[in-house]
Amino acid sequence: MKCSEFLQELTNYLDGAIDDRTKAELEDHLAWCHNCYVVCDTTKKTIEIYRNSQLYELPEDLRTRLRTAIVSKCHAKKKAGPEGV
Amino acid sequence: MSTIQNRVTEPPVSDELKLVQAAKAGDVGAFEELVRRYDRNVFRIAQHITQNREDAEDVVQDAFLKAYGNLNQFQGQSKFYTWLVRIAVNEALMKLRRRRPERVVSLDEDVKTEEDSLPREVADWSPNPEQQYNQAELRDILSRTIQGLPPSFRTVFVLRDVEGLSTEETAEALDLSIPAVKSRLLRARLQLRDRLSRYFQRRESAPGKPRHESGDGNQ
Repeated sequence: MKCSEFLQELTNYLDGAIDDRTKAELEDHLAWCHNCYVVCDTTKKTIEIYRNSQLYELPEDLRTRLRTAIVSKCHAKKKAGPEGV
Repeated sequence: MSTIQNRVTEPPVSDELKLVQAAKAGDVGAFEELVRRYDRNVFRIAQHITQNREDAEDVVQDAFLKAYGNLNQFQGQSKFYTWLVRIAVNEALMKLRRRRPERVVSLDEDVKTEEDSLPREVADWSPNPEQQYNQAELRDILSRTIQGLPPSFRTVFVLRDVEGLSTEETAEALDLSIPAVKSRLLRARLQLRDRLSRYFQRRESAPGKPRHESGDGNQ
């Protein structure tokens, strides 16, 4: 397996969306190709860092303000009837 | 090497359908419960796409109000959340287009070759790279890094990898084919990895030195 072929399968590998045979071929490649091992490992870390980052969390006060505005507009639409929706 | 686990735990679909049915019948309280369930997700997705806090706030309001106004069009073939995400992504892309009229913003945009995503620099990272920075620094690095991706790539990345939607749900929410989602996801992941390497790579190794020795994982 070439490195380019490994990279093409990287997303499926990390997502566990591959059959056992392909998985074995990819892991065989990983066992001897240090570069692909590093790419695979650091790509996985990239995903985990973003997933755990709490980037763009909605602050509780803003959350309440937005929800209050949404609910109030929903009530207004409801009062206006189907044509107002 | 283990695979990535999804972090999203979703409420039972039947419970959600009941809320949708009640909201359709005019129960605003039921709709409010749906807002509580997904407002954080919609805000995160919107801010990832628009990269602007005020726009993200607008998207949360507009997306939920549009969903409320169009509840009768929700037929229940997909999950409510996937349907809502589709609305939110469209609202966010509209904001982005308004803010950057000089640039065409489309989910169909693609990159000509595979070369852009092929790792240029294969440097290993420190064992706990995120611990080299404090929370504020780390958020700044992550935000600036993802901002550099084309909108179509970061949208797929945030839905699949941050929000934990399946490939099929992402394809449905973005009206893309499954191969298109997979291709964009691969490129997004590789480009982010490549860009983060400059912050997270091991400091003790000589920069730029190629490493071809047989791998022991170096962990």
